[in-house]
Amino acid sequence: MTIVRPYGDTTGDGMVQLSFTLPVAHSKVAEGAAVQLANKMGMDPALVVHSKPMGPDFTFFVVYGRVNHLVDTSKVEVVERDYPLLTPKEVNAAVKRGMRRRLVVVGGCIGTDAHTVGIDAILNIKGFAGEKGLEYYRELKVVNLGAQVSVPQLVERARAEKADAVLVSQVITQRDAHLLNTREMSAAFREAYPAERRPLLVVGGPRFDETMAGELGVDRVFGRGTTPGEVASFLVHRLAPAKVAA
Amino acid sequence: MTRRPKGKLDLDPATVRKARTLARKAGRPIVEMAKQHTTVSVERATLRMAGLQGADGDGIPWANRLLDVVRADVGLEHGVALPVWDALVRHEAEDLATLAQKAGAGSVTFRVPEGRDAVRARAAARKQVGAGLKRIDRRRRERTRMIKKHGDAPRTPWIYLIVATGDIMEDIPQAQQAAREGADVIAVIRSTGQSLLDYVPEGATREGFAGTYATQENFRLMRAALDESSAELGRYVRLTNYASGLCMPEIATLAGLERLDMMLNDSMYGILFRDINPVRTFVDQRFSRQVHARAGIIINTGEDNYLTTADAVEAAHTVTTSQLLNEYFAKEAGLEDWQLGLGHAFEIDPDLPNSFRLELAHALLARELFPDAPLKWMPPTRHMTGDVFRGNLLDGFFNLIGSLTGQGILLVGMMTEAVVTPWLSDRDIALQNVRYVLDATGDLHEDFRPSPGGFVQQRARAVLDDAVGLLERLAQESLLEGIADGTFGLMRRPADAGRGLDGVAKKSSVYYNPASELLEATDRVSAP
Repeated sequence: MTIVRPYGDTTGDGMVQLSFTLPVAHSKVAEGAAVQLANKMGMDPALVVHSKPMGPDFTFFVVYGRVNHLVDTSKVEVVERDYPLLTPKEVNAAVKRGMRRRLVVVGGCIGTDAHTVGIDAILNIKGFAGEKGLEYYRELKVVNLGAQVSVPQLVERARAEKADAVLVSQVITQRDAHLLNTREMSAAFREAYPAERRPLLVVGGPRFDETMAGELGVDRVFGRGTTPGEVASFLVHRLAPAKVAA
Repeated sequence: MTRRPKGKLDLDPATVRKARTLARKAGRPIVEMAKQHTTVSVERATLRMAGLQGADGDGIPWANRLLDVVRADVGLEHGVALPVWDALVRHEAEDLATLAQKAGAGSVTFRVPEGRDAVRARAAARKQVGAGLKRIDRRRRERTRMIKKHGDAPRTPWIYLIVATGDIMEDIPQAQQAAREGADVIAVIRSTGQSLLDYVPEGATREGFAGTYATQENFRLMRAALDESSAELGRYVRLTNYASGLCMPEIATLAGLERLDMMLNDSMYGILFRDINPVRTFVDQRFSRQVHARAGIIINTGEDNYLTTADAVEAAHTVTTSQLLNEYFAKEAGLEDWQLGLGHAFEIDPDLPNSFRLELAHALLARELFPDAPLKWMPPTRHMTGDVFRGNLLDGFFNLIGSLTGQGILLVGMMTEAVVTPWLSDRDIALQNVRYVLDATGDLHEDFRPSPGGFVQQRARAVLDDAVGLLERLAQESLLEGIADGTFGLMRRPADAGRGLDGVAKKSSVYYNPASELLEATDRVSAP
């Protein structure tokens, strides 16, 4: 069954909920306008279950209604994990066998982004979602540069540490800063390294589209909810692959 | 403005006294170090206090241009006042602004005056900087008058809301709307990255990332807008900005001159989260706090930030420790209890059993340790997942603790934290949440007494004991070492590294700064 529609309380009922604000004073007309918008979005019938004035010029609406759209799950494009998920022990063993030295990871938040939550969740020993961060892995050497690292600083440090992989986290997305910064970063690495020597470039953040790796010039994009184990497994898969399979 | 739940935790007074003694012991060497140094930002703040404003064609402030020339000619270690006012006394230029322009053009050479020349330069500097301080004093009296005229916030906690569009002209209507919807305090978040600029941008700004630049003109525009709102609403609406980063002293000065009411000003935040050099930070921080004390500004400290990187249960005692240190540094700089918005936050993993009881214990501990401080209670951010429905519930529990423990300043949590910068509707829903909880619980704190020897009391005492243990270590080793080895927020920040170190100088024997002189001598004016 690849064709589905939203589920309210009965299979096939197509029910969805929606909330939004219109820049219109609260009135009957405003409610009618909300229904009109919902209709145009494909909700029919649309029921305004809540409308509330917010100051003299705005009204907030909650709308429930039925949509007639169908979605085909066989036509959805996502980036599925194309590498085996390993335990920290397996990661360490793979690095030891495949590289015969520690795998060096340099990470940080570039640009003006001061939100280290993402990079810390992946790198700090404390970790995320019950998984320890990369610092916990004996065979990984982690250099966390923290917040507001400039791209030249990142490149310089990656060279100095002979980084095998560079991890960059971007939380701030205002004016597409995360995309601009990532492109700047990947361009700088391409310029600074011959193609075959360039470290693996990985970016992550809650608002990234995982299918954009090629467009951004990086090797992998990780979205919301990524755990340290997934990142570690990916690094091993790409940097010590043959031995993992063996 | 504080409600006083007396002795709900039954803390041992001897332990509390010991904690304060240790904080003083750990902090005192830092104060001594701060007194022996100056920074480029302290000196530029002095120029700004004397009335130097504006920027050159490239947007570089005249305060920076002038100081850079002085520094190149005679160094930073004597302070900016002697060489600058010596040049003015020698009629190199008719006023400070002209002098800055001439210096920028390379047509003035500075010297360090001696003997009678030095006496004359000092007197001229003291007079002009003193006039600036009087302007700050007038702004403070103006605030008192306006609160009397319009009335104060209707209740505590004060409801604190953030606007952050990047464009001051967009911020203004949003702030006014937020005030109409019940905000008692408006904070204009700064553009990310401003803390690392070694100058204060100039003029009204309409471009910022995730926030709006702090500039004197933006301060003035927003304060004027909120003065309108205060008149409209019949209550004084307070304005907050950020004195942190590389320009703390200057931004504190501008805040005083433009009658801002609260400033974020943490003793260690810049070191830990912006990798600013520790010496630079402590020197800048002391001066900025002296200005805040004089201006009648309430400071907000940043302990909530530790819990965004370290675990909120394991690191609870680092919050208490930092609050005690912030209190010591603040009082040493002349701030009074009513000016100490000591920070703490609701950041425990909600999946942890008893997380609410733990939060309650921590919040109550802060309340009882600092009974006369307003305390700033910060909402959950770390465990806001994008599930806005769950987020709204968490914010409700956060608000409940705010009411139960008599917090002074409540930063309104947004259910869309970690999703988008708050929408108009997000703010409305968040305020509805706050109002419901505060109105529904009323004076519930009067009925709330944790059972003697129970979970809450035990947890609070354990955190205090851990804080005393940590303070003992910091007092023995040194605070700078503690910061260097990752005690706070798990950040390691050695004293000889970090940004802004090249803007620090050890004071020479002839160092003179009229602002510091006048601020040190400030009779501690009480009452807001």
